[in-house]
Amino acid sequence: MRLPILFFRLYLLALFCFVFAPIVTSTVFSFNSDRFPTMPLGHFTTQWYQTAFARPEVWEAFRNSVTVALSAATLSTALGFATAYTDFRFGFRFKSAYLALALLPPTIPLVIMGLAMLAWLGQLGLSGSITGIIIAHTVMAAPFAMAICRMRLQQMDASLEAAAWNLGASPWRAMRVVVVPFCLPAVISAFCLTAAVSFDEFIVAWFVSGLNKTVPVMILEILQGNVDPQINAIGTVVFVTSITLVVAAQLLLLGKTAR
Amino acid sequence: MARKPSIYPYFWRAPLLIWQGLFFVGPLILMVAMSFWLVRNYRMEPDFVLANWERMLTRDYFWSAYQVTFLRASIAAALASLFAFPASYALAFLVSETTRRWAIFFLIVPFFTSYLVRVYAWQVLLAESGPVNAVIGFVGLGPFTMLNSGFGAMVGYLTLIMPLVVILQTFSLAAIDRNLIEAAWNLGASPRRTLVRVIVPAAKVGLILGAVFAFILSFGDFVSPFYLGGSKPPTLSILIIDTTKSGQQWPRAAVVAVMMILTLFTVAFAAVGAAYRRNA
Repeated sequence: MRLPILFFRLYLLALFCFVFAPIVTSTVFSFNSDRFPTMPLGHFTTQWYQTAFARPEVWEAFRNSVTVALSAATLSTALGFATAYTDFRFGFRFKSAYLALALLPPTIPLVIMGLAMLAWLGQLGLSGSITGIIIAHTVMAAPFAMAICRMRLQQMDASLEAAAWNLGASPWRAMRVVVVPFCLPAVISAFCLTAAVSFDEFIVAWFVSGLNKTVPVMILEILQGNVDPQINAIGTVVFVTSITLVVAAQLLLLGKTAR
Repeated sequence: MARKPSIYPYFWRAPLLIWQGLFFVGPLILMVAMSFWLVRNYRMEPDFVLANWERMLTRDYFWSAYQVTFLRASIAAALASLFAFPASYALAFLVSETTRRWAIFFLIVPFFTSYLVRVYAWQVLLAESGPVNAVIGFVGLGPFTMLNSGFGAMVGYLTLIMPLVVILQTFSLAAIDRNLIEAAWNLGASPRRTLVRVIVPAAKVGLILGAVFAFILSFGDFVSPFYLGGSKPPTLSILIIDTTKSGQQWPRAAVVAVMMILTLFTVAFAAVGAAYRRNA
């Protein structure tokens, strides 16, 4: 039963090349001097970064993105933690419907979320505002936060909390001194991951943003014009940001689970 | 535990209900309602008319967009499952626990990493004078036109779904009881027979789940068909965006959206049903 191991090695390598090719390409071309992406490469330059970041609207977009990502990450992490704890601790009627509601958002196509949000936020008078984007991103990111916190709670001995109660702690106090410290790495991890989800999301943001553009929405609009190496420069910054967040999220979890 | 009624459980249970009710269920219900609204003089009026439904569902361009979207998403799901399987097999059975964990780690990273910029990078890579054609040119072939075609869109779909499909397949393959496989060998089954009769059925749930997620994500995707597929023929998501962004035809876009959600629910339920059916 020794299927050629070499074949599988090469196959895995090819798969990872396919998955990472776009990330590498964007980075390489962001430092390439040629206006149009051709082979062979020109010489090394940071010119595209300079032109891109000399534009005030690029800074504006980054400010918007950071505001949205931090707010949406805070809200969705809080929401995700509360939901994960509810699932972990309590049984009640319609619990499976409750969980379905919690986990459903990522399965709805983004374009549809965008349309629905646009109409709804318009009714609430929130369309075109940063608040609208934060609301939408919180809905979309909360399930990821919930999943991460739920995984961590799974590792907690359920009797720990009960012990605190028996020793006279109120449920609130048991939450504060037992559950929260135990879940802290997962909470931070969820914060990083949801920030990445929000930072990269562009379709719903594009629908509801109006004039307050986030970085990916700006990229989307530049893309509708011509090939522009500035996108590689901005894109590389976006990659570095979200990869850092996702790697941090994972390391926090791995470091704790290996315990 | 007999304690007096407390707000404690509700404090943790309520936030999700309130938030998702207000900002997830609410918008979706409004969208369904909107598909029955009336558009007069470029303004929407709440109403209950079937005009939008009639208008969309009797048009050929809607059904051809539907066909293209459904077909492409099915092909993408099939190709992703097929291409992912050898990799997942290797990760589940042929590498160490540590390697597998790191591989999953490196597959999760791109899944959460700026899909839009990755698609733009494919635009660069697949261009007429781009790196891929340069490599093909070395062996004296091409250049091929890869952008603005079904091929281009497919590359984009696979970029989106490949990491997720490999992760789901790997988990389900790795969870198979090794004794089952060894029993098959000991009973004299050939590798191929072991694969088809033991491994695939045992990992069925994960394999189907991978394909379903691949289908859902490709079916709703707008970026790949637009930037790599050249938006001709349009997919349903492109139809929604065109209808929404140019002109005030939100109710018609809502009709398309409701049709998409119905399709996804049908496919998901059918697939999950198939996944958990015994001895299929």
